[in-house]
Amino acid sequence: MIELEEVTYGYGAGTLLSGISLKLAPGSFHFLTGPSGSGKTTLLKLCYGDLVAGQGRVALFGQDVRNMDRDDVALARRRVGVVHQDCQFLDHLSVAENVTLPVIVAGRAASGVESDLDDLLGWVGLSTQKEALPPELSGGERQRAALARAVIMSPDVILADEPTGNVDWEMSLRLLTLLVELNRMGKTVMIATHDMNLIRQAKAQVAVRVLRISNQRLQLAGADL
Amino acid sequence: MAVLSKVLVFVTGDAQADRVVPPTGFTARLTGLAAGSMAFLAVFALALSLASGRLADRWSDALAQSSTIRISATEDQMDAQVLAVLEVLATTPGVLEARPLSDDEQNTLLEPWFGPDLPLDDLPIPRLIEVIEDAGGFDATGLRNRLAGEAPGAVLDDHTKWREPLVAAAGRLRSLGYLAMLVITATTAIIITLAANAALAANAQVIRVLRLVGARDAYIARAFVRRYTLRTLTGAAAGTALGLGAVALLPGGDPAGGFLTGLGFQGAHWLWPLLIPLLAALVAFAATRMTALATLKERS
Repeated sequence: MIELEEVTYGYGAGTLLSGISLKLAPGSFHFLTGPSGSGKTTLLKLCYGDLVAGQGRVALFGQDVRNMDRDDVALARRRVGVVHQDCQFLDHLSVAENVTLPVIVAGRAASGVESDLDDLLGWVGLSTQKEALPPELSGGERQRAALARAVIMSPDVILADEPTGNVDWEMSLRLLTLLVELNRMGKTVMIATHDMNLIRQAKAQVAVRVLRISNQRLQLAGADL
Repeated sequence: MAVLSKVLVFVTGDAQADRVVPPTGFTARLTGLAAGSMAFLAVFALALSLASGRLADRWSDALAQSSTIRISATEDQMDAQVLAVLEVLATTPGVLEARPLSDDEQNTLLEPWFGPDLPLDDLPIPRLIEVIEDAGGFDATGLRNRLAGEAPGAVLDDHTKWREPLVAAAGRLRSLGYLAMLVITATTAIIITLAANAALAANAQVIRVLRLVGARDAYIARAFVRRYTLRTLTGAAAGTALGLGAVALLPGGDPAGGFLTGLGFQGAHWLWPLLIPLLAALVAFAATRMTALATLKERS
């Protein structure tokens, strides 16, 4: 699905990530952890082609990102659902319109997925907020709406960047449950988080692989949790 | 047909795709207003070009075929001189028709300067003979030499002295009108480019989100291109309508008014301004598309 080989990435003169190798196999569940500023978000961005590695190789669904033009990257992103910590909504559109945005930009009629949309909003518990605007939602509701948008195209991979960063523990568990459900449906999931309790909770429900970024490198970090 | 179908799809649009870019009321109004103003000016530039063209054609074609012979002589010699000139003209190759102007016609010519009650009989006014050439024209030098021999008081004026600078002036005025239209087109393109740039900058977050969910550059660009093209088309159509109304209110063609009263459209020329909104929309389409794609490439 997504493969990184000896990837190095830096901002300006400094190196943030070095010699990163990672393979997201179909149906796997990964946690990506590490201190703030260690490069978790950068690594996620490399995984969906938002950034291009300085060195090494990143392959999205078998295609080397360096050989992909912007249209190819756009098409690949339709197979990757991304949940950002700040959600990235269009505030002038309703929750329903934001959730169906990936369908609209793919050139399909939103009316064709109306029943899917209702199911999806019911699944994330936002049926009554369908016509609300994003600024009217709470932090947890925004994260769930972002998750609904990430999965409406039934992507192969779901990448979530600190999805529980702005919500209370109860809402974190609710979001985790949704992501675990998606993984049980066969979706590949990777969550960047520094919340160790969330990782422990996930390990109790599903087989997860925990990776840690430390000193620019990626290490397996499951044993000490 | 394929192009027409694409144009129809573009104009009718996609309501859900249109909603993706938030409305930018102020920029929209300014773009429409700028397009309307430019179209209004373009109508006048076009009217000026076409009127100058008509004038240049008239002076270069119609007047080029006519000349005047002015005969100054004493009253008792006048009729003999006129007769002599007409005989010379009758045997001059290239002269199609020659006739002395009647007293009424001479009065009409002098009326603007001397008033309506000119006592023509009491004044030593020269007689005028209008000469119409055939397509090949006549030898002016040869005719002058013959007139000098047969009718010493006759002077040939083939209008060249005043006609050529007027034709050149009208031609330059026509070119100036076309240049003005080019400048208006370029200014429209610049205004739309700046407006599109501003809209793209203001919508950086929208572009970021659209890319995040898998939108292609062409999709993002289309949302902006369609909006600005239609705004420009609407504004330019309104500006053209106002311009045409203003031109229609100009005084009608009057020989006494000369060029200024003929500064409108005539006949089929009224259809030409209808192309202005389409041209403006085409310019807006090209300018916004180039700007959007360049900006999206820059931000990738």
